Amino acid sequence: MSAAATSPKEPSVPRSGAGVRLCGLLAEFRDPDALREAARRVRAAGFSRWDCHSPFPIHGIDDAIGIRLTKLPIVVFFFGLMGCLTALLLQWWTNAAKPADYPMVPTFLQGYGFLISGKPFWSFQANIPVIFELTVLFSALCAGIGMLVANNLPWFSNPLFNSERFRRVTNDAFFIRVDSTDSKFHLQQTQGFLASLGAIAVERIEDTIPTPAETRLPGGLVKTGIVLACLGLIPLAFIAVARSNKSSSPRIHLIQDMDNQEKFKAQAAHPLFKDKRAMREPIAGAIARGDLREDDRFYRGYKMGVDPKTNQPAPVYFETFPAQVPVNEAFVQRGQQRFNIYCSPCHGVDGSGRGMVNQRALELGGGWVQAADLRDADRRSRPVGQLFNTITSGVRTMPPYGDQIGETDRWAIVAYVRALQKAEGAAIEELPEKERSALRKR
Amino acid sequence: MDISGRVNGEFDNTWDDPQKRSPLVPEHYKFGDVTEQVCGVTEAWRPPKAWYVAFAISVSLLGLLGAMIVYLFFTGVGVWNLNNPVGWGFDITNFVVWVGIGHAGTLISAILFLFRQKWRTAINRFAEAMTIFAVICALLFPGIHVGRVWLAYWMGPLPNQMAMWPNFRSPLLWDVFAVGTYFTVSALFWYCGMIPDIATLRDRAKGPIRRFAYGVLSLGWTGAARHWHRFERAYLVLAALSTPLVLSVHSVVSFDFATSVLPGWHTTIFPPYFVAGAIFGGFAMVLTLAIPARQLWGLKEIITARHLENMCKIILATGSMVGYAYGMEFFIAWYSGNPYESFTFLARAKGPFAWAYWTMISCNVLAPQLFWFRACRRSIPIMFFVAMCVNVGMWFERFVIIVTSLSSDYLPANWGGYRPSWVEICTLLGSIGLFMTLFLLFIRFLPVIAMAEIKTVMPAAHGTGAHAFDYNPDEPKEHPQVSEGRQ
Repeated sequence: MSAAATSPKEPSVPRSGAGVRLCGLLAEFRDPDALREAARRVRAAGFSRWDCHSPFPIHGIDDAIGIRLTKLPIVVFFFGLMGCLTALLLQWWTNAAKPADYPMVPTFLQGYGFLISGKPFWSFQANIPVIFELTVLFSALCAGIGMLVANNLPWFSNPLFNSERFRRVTNDAFFIRVDSTDSKFHLQQTQGFLASLGAIAVERIEDTIPTPAETRLPGGLVKTGIVLACLGLIPLAFIAVARSNKSSSPRIHLIQDMDNQEKFKAQAAHPLFKDKRAMREPIAGAIARGDLREDDRFYRGYKMGVDPKTNQPAPVYFETFPAQVPVNEAFVQRGQQRFNIYCSPCHGVDGSGRGMVNQRALELGGGWVQAADLRDADRRSRPVGQLFNTITSGVRTMPPYGDQIGETDRWAIVAYVRALQKAEGAAIEELPEKERSALRKR
Repeated sequence: MDISGRVNGEFDNTWDDPQKRSPLVPEHYKFGDVTEQVCGVTEAWRPPKAWYVAFAISVSLLGLLGAMIVYLFFTGVGVWNLNNPVGWGFDITNFVVWVGIGHAGTLISAILFLFRQKWRTAINRFAEAMTIFAVICALLFPGIHVGRVWLAYWMGPLPNQMAMWPNFRSPLLWDVFAVGTYFTVSALFWYCGMIPDIATLRDRAKGPIRRFAYGVLSLGWTGAARHWHRFERAYLVLAALSTPLVLSVHSVVSFDFATSVLPGWHTTIFPPYFVAGAIFGGFAMVLTLAIPARQLWGLKEIITARHLENMCKIILATGSMVGYAYGMEFFIAWYSGNPYESFTFLARAKGPFAWAYWTMISCNVLAPQLFWFRACRRSIPIMFFVAMCVNVGMWFERFVIIVTSLSSDYLPANWGGYRPSWVEICTLLGSIGLFMTLFLLFIRFLPVIAMAEIKTVMPAAHGTGAHAFDYNPDEPKEHPQVSEGRQ
């Protein structure tokens, strides 16, 4: 059987081209055992450029051919290491690096230290899952793509595909291929040698040598390529024009995201009104609910009058508390509480002007105005209306408290300030009998 | 039993003989027979009628999915009945279910490969395909549930002028990386393993389109021994990488829940419990797909009764693990002494979602117990029934975990119910359509069985006339031909 088949089958290759090039010899064997045995003898004969082809990996064929263990796993290991480091760096840079430390990095690549629930910026335990995933991803891509690259695949123009017989290699046929580039290759001798190994058939692998005309690209293809390349530049040109010019029209807004709504915003123009403003003012003389504050004494502590010296309009402060507030002990205690919250940081709990903020600010320097001693002669002589107005509107560096403290509480603070003034330097005789005796007992 | 191992005309390899392993393919099969059988599936001029029916239904459901997504995008996530406190409902349930289904494919292709379980060769290809299509369905749900889908790319670390990056300490971001890596690696593993089989289709292709398409996809594979050597190494490496990967993916999915503080979610049992559940549900899906496929395309002598029986055993084992986890959750809820935990678990069994809970228990824990009986492991209708039960049960498991915990947490003032809208139900149906469409196309156009791998486990691959099946090729053999063939 094998003797009959040694005469090489006429290959069905040449269809066109300048000629036929011999690439090697292909010998078919009956089964895996025969292939393995033949492979061992081809190896013993000293061939170097040859290989076996089979529909599935044959056990023991690696030893028979002398295939050395592939180094692919080692490459995979280093790629895995790279994935690990990439993940580590990526997470550190994007979640833990402080932008200020790396001013040379452009904004779009800048890392950003995320503060999440007070956790440390760099908490690598939380980064382990991503490190693991990227390690696996890099390794796996390396294993798959590396296998193809090491196998020199894809290779679509393999001359083996010219053989009709070779099509069964992926089904149930077993082959040995010896390349014509092998130093021991000699057409007749190698043919005879392969036949002597028990091959069912031996045939030549041939490839057409393309004519110069065939190796040239078709003219139409080149022209089409040039046209397409030119067309491809048009979008780039548009981008270049757009980047170098200014335009007053709004930019293209593809995803609306409810950004543009059918309504007028506060500062927008409106074509309908005479003043062209979308925002309307209240009608003249209109007063919002609760804004009618007619009682000067309670709400402001002063009324406008005329300064007798200059004959100019000037505030005239009320000397007494308004009727709305009951000046009793509970009221003064309320005032003390409010005073300690709002006033004591600067004026001190005793009103001496030695509050903690004041002390610290003086220590730091820089234009701080000493908080007033509320018990000095000047403040003692001021009418309650003026003290009230100072709390409401502020003075010098003291900010206004009118919008933080309600009217009644402001009057309560005034009452407490008056109490502080009275307490400073008061004689024991001025105290009620009960307090006096309590003090004496101490 | 006749010489070909047939009983009543059906190939039976479910017997156990201590002296001899039962064969995975009939012993008289030649390499060419395997090729013929498997390639016949895609080379047939027309697929069976059932294929057309299934494909028509699947494509209609796929269209429904498209319509639901368009409706969702143009109207907003309000078309789903998600609100406080149940902010995750069908969307995340479906996500976890589909990811879980994928896991069985990787288990078969990677873990069983590392354990040298050679019976996997008949089912690994389409189990892997199932993985990829399931992961596609899974990726869909977090993608569309983000609200402003056009900003979904913010999940990736892309350089931008705002210097704004994802928060890498969030389990939701780990999920993006885990599932993304899982999809990439599974697709790579699947494709690499398929190259030699696509080459078979290429070499048998009749028409120019088939020849071109399979020619490109097979990358010029010639079956050279050096190529096989690197191929096998790469395959081993990929299997070794996929094994921890598949365990990590469902662990990370379970972190989405376990790292929160919600009663019923904040438990350390979640990662192993989720992985076991994923494999359990995935094997049920493999059975669901394999039973009709082998029937329709006459692959009964390649996907044999023994394969199905093995899968039944795995379902029984993993189903019992899942049952153990259900019990352990209750035990820990009681043992912790935490009133909120105890309440959550009692609410699962007795609360408004008790029907879902008991559906889950009966489908996942009780139904697989049938597989203790040999007759049930060999009866196709019972097998199919149990597999369908598990498919339903595993969906309900995720639904119960997600919805019951969210709907009633610490403060009664926060409690609220959940009822899916028709859009959510249609989206779930649609995702099944997407999965089935991809799967039916795969059966029609790609090699459904790993032919090259089947050939390596055939007796003929280990020496002609070697009837004793060689399960341990690494051990020295007494058989003269085999030992002669080795160095």
